[in-house]
Amino acid sequence: MGAEMTEATGGIDFEDEEASGVVKKFMFVNRKAPYGTIYALEALEVVLISAAFDQDVSLAFLDDGVYQIIKGQHTKAIDVKNFSPTYRALEGYDIEKLYVEKESLDQRGLTEDDLLVDVQVMSSAEMAKMMSEQDIVISF
Amino acid sequence: MLHIVNKSPFENQTLDSCLRVAGNAEGAAILLTEDAVFAASKGNSNESKIKAVMGKVKVYALWPDVEARGMQDRVIEGIKMVDYGGFVDLVAEHSNCQSWL
Amino acid sequence: MPTIEVGGKNYETDEEGYLINLGEWNEEVGAYLAIEEKVEMTPSHWEVVNFLREYYNDYQIAPAIRVLTKAIGKKLGAEKGNSKYLYELFPYGPAKQACKIAGLPKPTGCI
Repeated sequence: MGAEMTEATGGIDFEDEEASGVVKKFMFVNRKAPYGTIYALEALEVVLISAAFDQDVSLAFLDDGVYQIIKGQHTKAIDVKNFSPTYRALEGYDIEKLYVEKESLDQRGLTEDDLLVDVQVMSSAEMAKMMSEQDIVISF
Repeated sequence: MLHIVNKSPFENQTLDSCLRVAGNAEGAAILLTEDAVFAASKGNSNESKIKAVMGKVKVYALWPDVEARGMQDRVIEGIKMVDYGGFVDLVAEHSNCQSWL
Repeated sequence: MPTIEVGGKNYETDEEGYLINLGEWNEEVGAYLAIEEKVEMTPSHWEVVNFLREYYNDYQIAPAIRVLTKAIGKKLGAEKGNSKYLYELFPYGPAKQACKIAGLPKPTGCI
Protein backbone atom coordinates (compact mmCIF):
# COMPACT_ATOMS: atom_id res chain seq x y z
CA MET A 1 0.00 0.00 0.00
CA GLY A 2 2.79 2.38 0.95
CA ALA A 3 4.58 1.81 -2.33
CA GLU A 4 1.38 2.34 -4.31
CA MET A 5 0.71 5.63 -2.57
CA THR A 6 4.16 6.90 -3.40
CA GLU A 7 3.69 5.96 -7.01
CA ALA A 8 0.28 7.64 -7.19
CA THR A 9 1.72 10.93 -5.96
CA GLY A 10 4.68 10.82 -8.34
CA GLY A 11 7.10 9.64 -5.72
CA ILE A 12 6.21 12.44 -3.33
CA ASP A 13 5.34 11.22 0.11
CA PHE A 14 3.77 14.31 1.62
CA GLU A 15 3.48 12.95 5.15
CA ASP A 16 7.14 12.03 5.37
CA GLU A 17 8.19 15.37 3.93
CA GLU A 18 6.12 17.19 6.47
CA ALA A 19 7.38 15.08 9.34
CA SER A 20 10.98 15.76 8.42
CA GLY A 21 10.28 19.42 7.70
CA VAL A 22 11.78 19.27 4.21
CA VAL A 23 10.62 22.13 2.03
CA LYS A 24 10.71 21.43 -1.69
CA LYS A 25 10.53 23.86 -4.55
CA PHE A 26 7.35 23.32 -6.54
CA MET A 27 6.67 25.14 -9.78
CA PHE A 28 3.29 25.09 -11.49
CA VAL A 29 3.66 25.90 -15.18
CA ASN A 30 0.62 27.50 -16.80
CA ARG A 31 0.54 27.49 -20.59
CA LYS A 32 -3.18 27.48 -21.44
CA ALA A 33 -5.76 30.25 -21.77
CA PRO A 34 -8.39 30.30 -19.02
CA TYR A 35 -11.83 29.36 -20.40
CA GLY A 36 -11.31 27.23 -23.50
CA THR A 37 -10.09 24.28 -21.45
CA ILE A 38 -10.19 23.33 -17.77
CA TYR A 39 -6.38 23.38 -17.31
CA ALA A 40 -6.11 26.91 -15.86
CA LEU A 41 -8.81 26.43 -13.24
CA GLU A 42 -7.51 23.00 -12.27
CA ALA A 43 -4.01 24.42 -11.87
CA LEU A 44 -5.29 27.22 -9.68
CA GLU A 45 -7.13 24.77 -7.42
CA VAL A 46 -4.05 22.59 -7.07
CA VAL A 47 -1.97 25.67 -6.27
CA LEU A 48 -4.40 26.74 -3.53
CA ILE A 49 -4.34 23.28 -2.01
CA SER A 50 -0.55 23.12 -2.24
CA ALA A 51 -0.40 26.19 0.01
CA ALA A 52 -1.55 24.00 2.93
CA PHE A 53 1.66 21.93 2.71
CA ASP A 54 4.03 24.82 3.49
CA GLN A 55 6.20 24.19 0.46
CA ASP A 56 8.12 26.69 -1.66
CA VAL A 57 5.53 27.25 -4.40
CA SER A 58 5.90 29.31 -7.54
CA LEU A 59 3.77 29.81 -10.63
CA ALA A 60 5.09 30.32 -14.14
CA PHE A 61 2.99 31.80 -16.92
CA LEU A 62 4.06 31.14 -20.50
CA ASP A 63 2.38 31.14 -23.89
CA ASP A 64 -1.42 31.44 -23.64
CA GLY A 65 -1.06 30.97 -19.88
CA VAL A 66 -0.42 34.72 -19.62
CA TYR A 67 -4.07 35.26 -20.60
CA GLN A 68 -5.06 33.74 -17.25
CA ILE A 69 -3.92 36.86 -15.41
CA ILE A 70 -4.96 39.55 -17.84
CA LYS A 71 -7.06 42.41 -16.49
CA GLY A 72 -10.67 42.98 -17.49
CA GLN A 73 -12.08 39.45 -17.65
CA HIS A 74 -15.90 39.45 -17.65
CA THR A 75 -17.42 36.00 -18.00
CA LYS A 76 -21.05 36.63 -17.18
CA ALA A 77 -22.22 36.24 -20.76
CA ILE A 78 -20.52 32.86 -21.24
CA ASP A 79 -21.97 31.68 -17.91
CA VAL A 80 -18.62 30.50 -16.57
CA LYS A 81 -17.15 31.56 -13.25
CA ASN A 82 -14.60 34.35 -13.58
CA PHE A 83 -11.75 32.98 -11.49
CA SER A 84 -9.26 35.70 -12.37
CA PRO A 85 -9.82 37.55 -9.04
CA THR A 86 -8.57 34.45 -7.25
CA TYR A 87 -5.01 35.04 -8.49
CA ARG A 88 -5.05 38.17 -6.34
CA ALA A 89 -5.80 35.98 -3.30
CA LEU A 90 -2.56 34.03 -3.74
CA GLU A 91 -0.58 36.63 -1.81
CA GLY A 92 -2.74 35.90 1.25
CA TYR A 93 -1.84 32.23 0.81
CA ASP A 94 1.86 33.23 0.91
CA ILE A 95 2.27 32.37 -2.74
CA GLU A 96 4.13 35.37 -4.02
CA LYS A 97 6.43 33.97 -6.68
CA LEU A 98 4.65 34.59 -9.96
CA TYR A 99 6.91 34.45 -13.00
CA VAL A 100 5.93 35.56 -16.50
CA GLU A 101 7.96 34.97 -19.62
CA LYS A 102 8.56 38.23 -21.48
CA GLU A 103 8.58 36.62 -24.93
CA SER A 104 5.05 35.28 -24.34
CA LEU A 105 3.84 38.77 -23.40
CA ASP A 106 5.60 40.30 -26.42
CA GLN A 107 4.10 37.79 -28.85
CA ARG A 108 0.64 38.76 -27.61
CA GLY A 109 1.14 42.52 -27.55
CA LEU A 110 0.93 42.59 -23.76
CA THR A 111 2.97 44.24 -21.03
CA GLU A 112 3.20 43.83 -17.27
CA ASP A 113 0.65 46.65 -16.90
CA ASP A 114 -1.99 44.47 -18.53
CA LEU A 115 -1.75 41.90 -15.72
CA LEU A 116 -3.93 41.87 -12.62
CA VAL A 117 -1.27 40.67 -10.17
CA ASP A 118 2.28 41.70 -9.38
CA VAL A 119 4.63 39.42 -11.28
CA GLN A 120 8.27 39.07 -12.08
CA VAL A 121 8.77 39.31 -15.84
CA MET A 122 11.77 37.40 -17.12
CA SER A 123 13.39 36.24 -20.35
CA SER A 124 13.10 32.70 -21.73
CA ALA A 125 16.63 31.98 -20.54
CA GLU A 126 15.87 33.19 -17.01
CA MET A 127 12.69 31.13 -17.03
CA ALA A 128 14.65 28.03 -18.05
CA LYS A 129 17.03 28.62 -15.17
CA MET A 130 14.15 29.10 -12.74
CA MET A 131 12.59 25.82 -13.93
CA SER A 132 15.81 23.88 -13.66
CA GLU A 133 16.22 24.95 -10.03
CA GLN A 134 12.93 23.33 -9.00
CA ASP A 135 12.53 20.02 -7.23
CA ILE A 136 9.17 19.40 -8.87
CA VAL A 137 7.69 20.97 -12.01
CA ILE A 138 4.00 20.38 -12.67
CA SER A 139 2.61 21.39 -16.05
CA PHE A 140 -0.87 22.51 -16.92
CA MET B 1 16.63 19.41 -16.66
CA LEU B 2 14.80 17.03 -18.99
CA HIS B 3 12.11 18.56 -21.19
CA ILE B 4 9.57 16.21 -22.75
CA VAL B 5 7.37 17.12 -25.72
CA ASN B 6 4.67 14.76 -27.01
CA LYS B 7 2.67 16.72 -29.57
CA SER B 8 3.29 17.22 -33.29
CA PRO B 9 4.81 20.60 -34.12
CA PHE B 10 2.15 20.83 -36.83
CA GLU B 11 -0.63 20.55 -34.26
CA ASN B 12 0.40 23.24 -31.78
CA GLN B 13 3.24 25.55 -30.74
CA THR B 14 4.49 23.50 -27.80
CA LEU B 15 7.75 22.47 -29.45
CA ASP B 16 8.49 26.11 -30.31
CA SER B 17 7.87 27.12 -26.72
CA CYS B 18 10.05 24.34 -25.40
CA LEU B 19 12.89 25.21 -27.77
CA ARG B 20 12.57 28.91 -26.93
CA VAL B 21 12.85 28.28 -23.19
CA ALA B 22 15.06 25.22 -22.98
CA GLY B 23 17.01 25.43 -26.24
CA ASN B 24 19.87 27.37 -24.76
CA ALA B 25 19.68 26.22 -21.16
CA GLU B 26 22.61 24.80 -19.25
CA GLY B 27 22.35 21.03 -18.76
CA ALA B 28 19.07 20.74 -20.61
CA ALA B 29 17.93 17.77 -22.67
CA ILE B 30 14.87 17.51 -24.87
CA LEU B 31 13.05 14.24 -25.47
CA LEU B 32 10.55 13.94 -28.29
CA THR B 33 7.85 11.32 -27.77
CA GLU B 34 4.58 10.30 -29.41
CA ASP B 35 3.59 12.72 -32.21
CA ALA B 36 6.47 15.05 -31.36
CA VAL B 37 8.81 12.61 -33.13
CA PHE B 38 7.66 14.09 -36.45
CA ALA B 39 9.82 17.08 -35.50
CA ALA B 40 12.82 14.74 -35.59
CA SER B 41 12.38 13.90 -39.27
CA LYS B 42 14.63 15.20 -42.06
CA GLY B 43 13.08 17.81 -44.30
CA ASN B 44 10.28 18.80 -41.95
CA SER B 45 9.94 22.55 -41.55
CA ASN B 46 11.18 22.42 -37.94
CA GLU B 47 14.48 20.79 -38.86
CA SER B 48 16.52 23.99 -38.72
CA LYS B 49 15.09 24.91 -35.32
CA ILE B 50 15.97 21.49 -33.95
CA LYS B 51 19.46 21.62 -35.42
CA ALA B 52 19.98 25.11 -34.01
CA VAL B 53 19.59 23.89 -30.43
CA MET B 54 21.52 20.66 -30.88
CA GLY B 55 24.85 22.36 -30.33
CA LYS B 56 23.79 23.47 -26.90
CA VAL B 57 21.38 20.82 -25.60
CA LYS B 58 20.97 17.12 -26.21
CA VAL B 59 17.98 16.06 -28.28
CA TYR B 60 16.50 12.58 -27.99
CA ALA B 61 13.57 10.81 -29.62
CA LEU B 62 11.72 7.77 -28.34
CA TRP B 63 12.52 4.98 -30.79
CA PRO B 64 9.29 2.96 -30.41
CA ASP B 65 7.31 6.09 -31.33
CA VAL B 66 9.66 6.90 -34.22
CA GLU B 67 9.35 3.40 -35.61
CA ALA B 68 5.60 3.20 -35.08
CA ARG B 69 5.18 6.28 -37.25
CA GLY B 70 7.54 5.08 -39.99
CA MET B 71 10.07 7.81 -39.31
CA GLN B 72 13.01 5.47 -38.63
CA ASP B 73 14.86 6.13 -41.89
CA ARG B 74 14.39 9.88 -41.84
CA VAL B 75 15.72 10.86 -38.44
CA ILE B 76 17.84 14.01 -38.39
CA GLU B 77 21.48 13.14 -37.76
CA GLY B 78 22.61 13.80 -34.23
CA ILE B 79 19.27 13.10 -32.58
CA LYS B 80 19.81 10.23 -30.18
CA MET B 81 17.38 7.35 -30.02
CA VAL B 82 16.24 5.91 -26.70
CA ASP B 83 14.00 2.96 -25.92
CA TYR B 84 11.73 2.82 -22.88
CA GLY B 85 14.63 1.85 -20.63
CA GLY B 86 16.59 4.80 -21.98
CA PHE B 87 13.61 7.06 -21.28
CA VAL B 88 13.68 5.96 -17.64
CA ASP B 89 17.45 6.50 -17.51
CA LEU B 90 17.03 10.05 -18.84
CA VAL B 91 14.46 10.87 -16.17
CA ALA B 92 16.72 9.41 -13.50
CA GLU B 93 19.86 11.18 -14.76
CA HIS B 94 18.33 14.65 -14.69
CA SER B 95 17.58 16.56 -11.50
CA ASN B 96 14.01 17.26 -12.63
CA CYS B 97 11.79 17.16 -15.68
CA GLN B 98 9.02 19.11 -17.30
CA SER B 99 6.38 17.63 -19.58
CA TRP B 100 5.30 20.33 -21.99
CA LEU B 101 1.55 19.78 -22.34
CA MET C 1 -31.47 18.84 -4.93
CA PRO C 2 -32.29 19.68 -1.29
CA THR C 3 -33.99 22.98 -0.60
CA ILE C 4 -34.62 25.10 2.47
CA GLU C 5 -37.63 27.34 2.93
CA VAL C 6 -37.07 30.78 4.41
CA GLY C 7 -39.74 33.48 4.51
CA GLY C 8 -41.94 31.59 2.07
CA LYS C 9 -39.18 31.25 -0.55
CA ASN C 10 -37.22 28.11 -1.47
CA TYR C 11 -33.45 28.06 -1.72
CA GLU C 12 -31.40 25.23 -3.20
CA THR C 13 -28.56 23.73 -1.17
CA ASP C 14 -26.07 20.93 -1.77
CA GLU C 15 -26.13 17.66 0.19
CA GLU C 16 -24.15 19.24 3.01
CA GLY C 17 -26.46 22.24 3.28
CA TYR C 18 -24.32 24.83 1.50
CA LEU C 19 -26.34 27.36 -0.47
CA ILE C 20 -26.08 26.74 -4.22
CA ASN C 21 -26.66 30.28 -5.42
CA LEU C 22 -24.55 32.76 -3.49
CA GLY C 23 -26.48 35.65 -5.01
CA GLU C 24 -29.72 34.52 -3.31
CA TRP C 25 -28.27 35.02 0.15
CA ASN C 26 -29.72 37.57 2.56
CA GLU C 27 -29.47 37.99 6.32
CA GLU C 28 -32.69 36.09 6.85
CA VAL C 29 -31.24 33.09 5.01
CA GLY C 30 -28.01 33.48 6.99
CA ALA C 31 -29.97 33.48 10.25
CA TYR C 32 -31.86 30.34 9.16
CA LEU C 33 -28.61 28.53 8.26
CA ALA C 34 -27.19 29.59 11.65
CA ILE C 35 -30.12 27.97 13.46
CA GLU C 36 -29.52 24.77 11.47
CA GLU C 37 -25.87 24.91 12.59
CA LYS C 38 -26.99 25.58 16.18
CA VAL C 39 -25.01 28.82 16.24
CA GLU C 40 -26.51 31.72 18.15
CA MET C 41 -25.61 34.75 16.08
CA THR C 42 -24.14 37.82 17.80
CA PRO C 43 -22.62 40.95 16.22
CA SER C 44 -19.22 39.18 16.45
CA HIS C 45 -20.60 36.27 14.43
CA TRP C 46 -22.06 38.59 11.81
CA GLU C 47 -18.75 40.43 11.61
CA VAL C 48 -17.02 37.20 10.55
CA VAL C 49 -19.84 36.19 8.21
CA ASN C 50 -19.79 39.59 6.54
CA PHE C 51 -16.01 39.45 6.31
CA LEU C 52 -16.26 36.10 4.52
CA ARG C 53 -18.79 37.50 2.07
CA GLU C 54 -16.53 40.42 1.32
CA TYR C 55 -13.55 38.10 0.89
CA TYR C 56 -15.53 35.93 -1.50
CA ASN C 57 -16.72 38.94 -3.41
CA ASP C 58 -13.12 40.13 -3.82
CA TYR C 59 -11.45 36.81 -4.63
CA GLN C 60 -14.19 34.37 -5.70
CA ILE C 61 -13.09 31.72 -3.20
CA ALA C 62 -13.73 30.93 0.43
CA PRO C 63 -10.41 31.32 2.24
CA ALA C 64 -8.56 28.46 3.89
CA ILE C 65 -8.70 28.78 7.68
CA ARG C 66 -5.07 29.90 7.97
CA VAL C 67 -5.69 32.61 5.40
CA LEU C 68 -8.95 33.63 7.06
CA THR C 69 -7.38 34.11 10.50
CA LYS C 70 -4.55 36.16 9.03
CA ALA C 71 -6.89 38.35 7.00
CA ILE C 72 -9.28 38.86 9.92
CA GLY C 73 -6.38 39.84 12.16
CA LYS C 74 -5.38 42.44 9.61
CA LYS C 75 -8.88 43.83 9.14
CA LEU C 76 -10.54 43.45 12.56
CA GLY C 77 -7.58 43.44 14.94
CA ALA C 78 -5.02 40.95 16.19
CA GLU C 79 -7.20 39.80 19.10
CA LYS C 80 -9.63 38.38 16.53
CA GLY C 81 -7.04 37.06 14.10
CA ASN C 82 -6.54 33.65 15.64
CA SER C 83 -8.25 30.32 15.33
CA LYS C 84 -9.16 30.24 19.03
CA TYR C 85 -11.40 33.28 18.61
CA LEU C 86 -13.00 31.88 15.47
CA TYR C 87 -13.55 28.44 16.96
CA GLU C 88 -15.22 30.01 20.00
CA LEU C 89 -17.69 31.66 17.66
CA PHE C 90 -18.06 28.64 15.37
CA PRO C 91 -17.23 25.55 17.44
CA TYR C 92 -17.59 23.09 14.56
CA GLY C 93 -15.09 24.96 12.42
CA PRO C 94 -15.20 28.48 11.00
CA ALA C 95 -14.68 27.15 7.50
CA LYS C 96 -17.58 24.76 7.75
CA GLN C 97 -20.03 26.81 9.78
CA ALA C 98 -19.25 30.45 9.01
CA CYS C 99 -18.95 29.78 5.27
CA LYS C 100 -22.22 27.90 5.28
CA ILE C 101 -24.00 30.69 7.16
CA ALA C 102 -22.45 33.23 4.77
CA GLY C 103 -23.88 31.31 1.83
CA LEU C 104 -20.44 30.44 0.43
CA PRO C 105 -19.32 27.14 -1.04
CA LYS C 106 -17.17 24.89 1.12
CA PRO C 107 -13.58 26.21 1.10
CA THR C 108 -10.94 24.51 -1.06
CA GLY C 109 -8.56 22.45 1.00
CA CYS C 110 -10.38 23.18 4.24
CA ILE C 111 -9.72 21.11 7.32
